[in-house]
Amino acid sequence: MRTIIKYVLFDLLRNKTIIVYALILAAITISVSGMGDNASKGLLSLLNITLLFVPIISILFSTIYFFNSVEFTELLLAQPIRRKTMLLAQYAGIAIALSIAYLAGVGIPVCILYYTAATITLLVSGLFLTLIFSALALLIFVLFKDKTKGIGAAIITALFFTLLFDGLLLSFIYSFSDYPVDKPLLGLISLNPVDLARVLVLLQLDVAVMMGYSGALFKKFMGSATGSIYTVICMLCWTVIPLIIAARVFKKKDI
Amino acid sequence: MKQVLLLHALLLYAATGGFAAIIKVHAAANSIHQAIEQAHSGDTLLLQQGFYREHDILVSKKLTITGQGLPVIDGENKYQVFIIAADSVLIQGLQIQHIGKGSVIDMAGIKIINAKCVTIRNNRFINNTYGVYLQNSNRCYIVNNTIHSDTKGEINGGNGIHAWKCEGLGIKGNSISGHRDGIYFEFVTHSYIADNTSFENARYGLHFMFSHNDRYAQNTFMDNGAGVAVMYSRGVVMYDNAFNHNWGDASYGLLLKEITDSKIEHNRFIKNTVGIHMESTTRVDVRHNLFSENGWGVRVQASCSGSNFVENNFIGNSFDVTTNGTMMLNVFNHNYWDKYDGYDLDKNNVGDVSYYPVSVYSVITEKIPPAMILYHSLLTNIMEQVEKVMPSIIPDMLKDDQPMMKKLKL
Repeated sequence: MRTIIKYVLFDLLRNKTIIVYALILAAITISVSGMGDNASKGLLSLLNITLLFVPIISILFSTIYFFNSVEFTELLLAQPIRRKTMLLAQYAGIAIALSIAYLAGVGIPVCILYYTAATITLLVSGLFLTLIFSALALLIFVLFKDKTKGIGAAIITALFFTLLFDGLLLSFIYSFSDYPVDKPLLGLISLNPVDLARVLVLLQLDVAVMMGYSGALFKKFMGSATGSIYTVICMLCWTVIPLIIAARVFKKKDI
Repeated sequence: MKQVLLLHALLLYAATGGFAAIIKVHAAANSIHQAIEQAHSGDTLLLQQGFYREHDILVSKKLTITGQGLPVIDGENKYQVFIIAADSVLIQGLQIQHIGKGSVIDMAGIKIINAKCVTIRNNRFINNTYGVYLQNSNRCYIVNNTIHSDTKGEINGGNGIHAWKCEGLGIKGNSISGHRDGIYFEFVTHSYIADNTSFENARYGLHFMFSHNDRYAQNTFMDNGAGVAVMYSRGVVMYDNAFNHNWGDASYGLLLKEITDSKIEHNRFIKNTVGIHMESTTRVDVRHNLFSENGWGVRVQASCSGSNFVENNFIGNSFDVTTNGTMMLNVFNHNYWDKYDGYDLDKNNVGDVSYYPVSVYSVITEKIPPAMILYHSLLTNIMEQVEKVMPSIIPDMLKDDQPMMKKLKL
């Protein structure tokens, strides 16, 4: 397994895309931080960038990579390795590469510029998003045989979580505005890792008070130790469950 | 002529201090009580440096009580200290501390009851329930005092300066912190509050109830639990004050409720959750103010009418203006909005297209507060942009037809 991870990692690091991704993230981070005069605002813009770019790029890049290395996968499968090990090793390789790119692009500049609890939360959420969306990419890879369909599915998945889900959530809030929806909202938000990450970081920033009464409820839950643990567990589930499903499907897949 | 001469002679006699004696008081059991008993109206009591454990000192003569070297008068957390029931009393240079807490009477460091022209200046009030308490007293001056309490919480504390049914007060240059309300006014008219600093109080930095025709200027209100509240009053002038960092779930820079014919000018609202929150106000003039880095710059409920927002600067607020209805009976004009992205073709420094300061997301959250959970998500950012091009949800009556292109000099 370790050998496969090593090969995937080397392959990816030699691949220019990852480096370009890291550089773009770094450039955006530095320019955004330079513009805002206070840390809170800078972090807010960074949060927006993380929430927009990380899911889309992670899922697209991973999907494309998986599909492009189908031949390599087939070659490996001819060796006496378990399918699950091979698949997870490939996932690990790409997830590690993307995480390194994220940490290098956003983590290093942001830790130098402003180092607070919120920064750590932002980085942890970003890393989780990377892991989650590459896991989803893996799932897409095993579910679709056709590359084009796979990429289409990846784009739709990314858009669903960054945009569509919020739209549905908003219409839910609208239609049930006469009822106390605060607590159901907490549950619903767990269904979207991007929202989880956003709320988690927002609660660490000054703007948390703007959430008002309902914010107080969110803060009471999400801001507490149990809440943080709950969020992390949710994120872990979001990483692990797609991986398990992918492994199951891949086991029986006809290649 | 003879009578005039006689009068002169009398006045001279008075001026040379023939009537007024200076009594030195040293720290001993009941020494202040005895000194006051012996003193005549017009005398001066010089309290020497020391620790006085005395309480319920009733001043019913016109006396000047001066502390030398900041003598300490201690209420032992059980009693109140000075009760002034005579006109023209002057108290200065004392440290009054550890006033008790009563459920029947409000215990205060200095309580002024039915007296006129009392001056309290250069004193320190430490850990008292109430600092200075004025009751039915007119034309009193509270100047340059430091009033601080470590009591936390709204229920346990009293107010720094508490005035009930007074007229013509002057409250200047005090520093008030850690109380329930910094300054509390109820039925107080024609008064002047200036140069005070009121910070870290559990509830309001300044609290007005039914107090008409007052003016407060050049004060600083910082980090108070709920900011400043002005309620049920008319003819209040607020000038050149700073409302800074009143930041919290239920905090306002300035809360106005049922205010009529008032002026808010040249104030600075910086980093408050809500800069100004207005409810049921009539004819309030908001001019030349700075709203910077607030969560909500101005929150105008639909119940407000006839107010003018003219020539203010709105810079870096998350939401500039919100309202809870579509009706808008107030006027916004000639303000500078940093979010304005219109153009100025004729170069007269006034934007050619109207600015709609209410953002769509703030309309939604005003209606349904839980929607705030989508704050800063991509969806809401897109909605803002769409609404900017085609306004449909936002109240279209609330707009600035002449937004300024450049920041105003205030």
